[in-house]
Amino acid sequence: MDRAAIIGVGMTKIEKSKVRDTFADMAWEAVNKALADAGMTIDDIDNVVTTSSDFWDGRTISCMAVGDASGAAHKNVTCVEGDGTYGAFYGMTRSLSGSYKTTLVTGHSKGSQSISSLITNSAFDPIYERSLGMDMVTACAMQARSYMHRTKTTPEQMALVSVKNHGNAMKNPLAQLPMNITVNDVLKSEMIADPLHKLDCSPVSDGCAAVIIAHESVATKFKQKPVWIKGVSFCADSFFFGDRDLSRVKSLTEAAKKAYAMAGIKDPKKEIDVAEIYDAFSYQELMWLEEMGLADDATAGKLLEKGDFNIEGRLPVNASGGLLSGHPVIAAGLYSMAAVVKQIRGDAGGFQVKKAKTGLVQGLNGLGGQSHCVWILDQEK
Amino acid sequence: MAKRVAIVGTGQTFHKSHRPDVNGQELINEAVVKALADANLKMKDIDAIVIGNMDHFEGINYVDCWSVDGSGGTMKPIIKLTTGGTTGCTVAIGGYHLVGSGMFDKVLVIGWEKNSESDTTGAITTAFDPVWDRQVFAGAISGLAAEAQAYIARYGATDRDGARVSVRDRKHAMNNPYAQLRKEVTLEEVLASPMLADPIHLLDVCPRSDGACAVIMASEDTAEKICPKPDWIWATAARHTYSYLGDADFGRLTSMKEGSQELWKKAGIKEPRKEVDVIELYQPYSFGGLIWIEDMGIVGPGEAPRYIWDGNTDMGGELPINPSGGVIATNPIGATGLIRCAEAAMQVMGKAEGRQVPDVNFAFSSGFGGCFWTDMILHGKKKPK
Amino acid sequence: MSDQFQGIAPMVYQSKINVPYSWWAGDTATRFFVALRDEKKITATKCGTCGKVFLPPRKACPLCFTANVEWVNVSDEGTVLTFSVARRQLAAIPHDRKIPVIWGLIKLDGADTAILHYLDEVKPEDVIIGMRVKAVFSETRKGTIRDISHFKPVK
Repeated sequence: MDRAAIIGVGMTKIEKSKVRDTFADMAWEAVNKALADAGMTIDDIDNVVTTSSDFWDGRTISCMAVGDASGAAHKNVTCVEGDGTYGAFYGMTRSLSGSYKTTLVTGHSKGSQSISSLITNSAFDPIYERSLGMDMVTACAMQARSYMHRTKTTPEQMALVSVKNHGNAMKNPLAQLPMNITVNDVLKSEMIADPLHKLDCSPVSDGCAAVIIAHESVATKFKQKPVWIKGVSFCADSFFFGDRDLSRVKSLTEAAKKAYAMAGIKDPKKEIDVAEIYDAFSYQELMWLEEMGLADDATAGKLLEKGDFNIEGRLPVNASGGLLSGHPVIAAGLYSMAAVVKQIRGDAGGFQVKKAKTGLVQGLNGLGGQSHCVWILDQEK
Repeated sequence: MAKRVAIVGTGQTFHKSHRPDVNGQELINEAVVKALADANLKMKDIDAIVIGNMDHFEGINYVDCWSVDGSGGTMKPIIKLTTGGTTGCTVAIGGYHLVGSGMFDKVLVIGWEKNSESDTTGAITTAFDPVWDRQVFAGAISGLAAEAQAYIARYGATDRDGARVSVRDRKHAMNNPYAQLRKEVTLEEVLASPMLADPIHLLDVCPRSDGACAVIMASEDTAEKICPKPDWIWATAARHTYSYLGDADFGRLTSMKEGSQELWKKAGIKEPRKEVDVIELYQPYSFGGLIWIEDMGIVGPGEAPRYIWDGNTDMGGELPINPSGGVIATNPIGATGLIRCAEAAMQVMGKAEGRQVPDVNFAFSSGFGGCFWTDMILHGKKKPK
Repeated sequence: MSDQFQGIAPMVYQSKINVPYSWWAGDTATRFFVALRDEKKITATKCGTCGKVFLPPRKACPLCFTANVEWVNVSDEGTVLTFSVARRQLAAIPHDRKIPVIWGLIKLDGADTAILHYLDEVKPEDVIIGMRVKAVFSETRKGTIRDISHFKPVK
């Protein structure tokens, strides 16, 4: 198989409400930043993948809003619906299939324009479930309960994820919620859905991110040293919560296993230097770490307390501040990917970790992380 | 090295105006089971799934996740692509790249829609810019009427020319057991049917349908083991250039022109009219059947009416178009582009039964939608170089 | 971009996506809802291949990918696998439900998979994983999942 690399990234600042910017304005900004980062012009891009959601955008064919601003005119273009990591996956295959050399992938979302409770309620089965009125928060609260019950993870440990990530965000100028907070602040914040406090939940956010993926034949032709895609896989579990063991995430374990195998990683705990993972809720960082084998079962909370996942720790997790510090759904996975790319290039500024040869990025789709996409990025080909 | 990609199996539902006996997942399942049977494969053989529809036609968020019971996606990679009317062709192009990349050997591609579950026009209206176009524009017909009017003004075509295309497609649908509207219509009936938006009559346009289609693609490593005469994908192209309706060059389909030129170039086709043997065109209204084949370079500007009146695109003609009856007979939107792809594949594989065109070497299939967007695929009997 | 927009206060255009839906339940769900509405019976499908009993019922087994043919009755009593308590009146919560709203993932006796539903007649503090609960049927039943009003603790 041929290889592909990420050769440019660009992001808008993540904000609560970008009232001055349309979807197209955000895309324009992120795309031009990515092109500048890569040392490319739009003419160097030969195809475009936008990532968007008709539900979040309140628009059928939501990709229509951003195609022009993404420079897709007169180019081959398509749209993935779901997290940006899936858009990037498809973008990568378009470079590997021999059809194209340089794929521009964008993801955008403006949570500020809709009501997330109603949007995520629409992900429940319309016949058997939707009228009960659950949404992403109440669904994930159910999963958090299940995870805590099995692993004895404590509310304090979950709160500490939020403390760490908001603290990391102090060093990331693009983050929406840099905050110096304590475990007590989290536990005293409004209880939204037991056991999730307000500060256990990611905020509503607006933002757009873009990454440029190149086939190996052109990966070194531009400004940046390429960050190589060594392993990547995605996998979906059952839809109905009642069909899954909600305290586990089989699909994530499977996706991680395949990504590691493709990257030749035998011991992820030792070989992964830095990770950006989908912390839409505090418990998810711990749960996903365990399910990906980056922490032993039921130990992530304790390792967190030991400082393992801090920027200076053994495995820095969400050094950028993660999604708890800004969560533009759909774009989210591309922000995580861009953060890892910057770490590997040594460009992460204030949140740069010491050793960053090999990084992991995780994105997800669906309720309670039904489908997961795991990437291994590396300095070396 | 990139892999060559072939279609090794197809399946579709019997398309109807509404299917109250199944929910969306169950509808999807019917097409998937048929495609697996056609390829003589089991679900466990499938390495990844690409699925597409239009969210606001069924009101289900994260369809890729919701549909796994029907698609067989449990504990498999499943990804959703969606681009509006072009979706069905977009997902096929997606399957092509997933297999071509070498990441997956066998990929199941699904397009589906239950248009009976929503107000199609209401949902389509939300496709347009909420601040600009949405308030002054309703549904898909008005944009198409503007295109037809512009073409008529430029080239002197008439509504009889459009009606001739409808008559052709409805006649062809008689040969296709999966088509929804299986009743021939006459020129007079088309012209006498209610005027929706001048010059488009009711019988010039597609119906709304419930339906699903599934296509299985495999890499060159296994394609010929699964299917002795697979349908090789020679090239794909897509153009989604416009964001606002007013941007379009009304009367010409720029996306088709740019895309098809790329397609012919990639495949080394110099005279598409002579080298392509059959076309399955995503043609949701009759006038598109005139305008767009000119943009494809089959005939010159303004020449399509004569070409079609002479019977060249009928079954038995020089270049049959829409042997399946096309979109005017059946339109489950998210599936429609993939049905074109499946029908083209069946023509190449020699599996099109009553609607088979003899000796198909190259077939063309397309998707149309969005803001005058086109996606397209060139299919061939021989393995690409 | 900057100068030409100085002093412009961006406007916000208020709108809403408003598309009516009529979801066909299909034969499988219809059979389930008719039994629920008319007989207060909870029915499920059993896969002929793997023997697993699915609730909600499936027309085809999602694991074996074969058509299910056999219908079975399951109990109206079961076990809470996990639960969630909304403390904020989130937008998706129906108007007739006031916080705290408790949802449980409930595995009914005789089923291999669990369903989502309300837990009620119990304080949030008293709900525990593993708790036994029983369905309370609505007085007026219309053939929807809310023909079960909620589940209550088994005394």
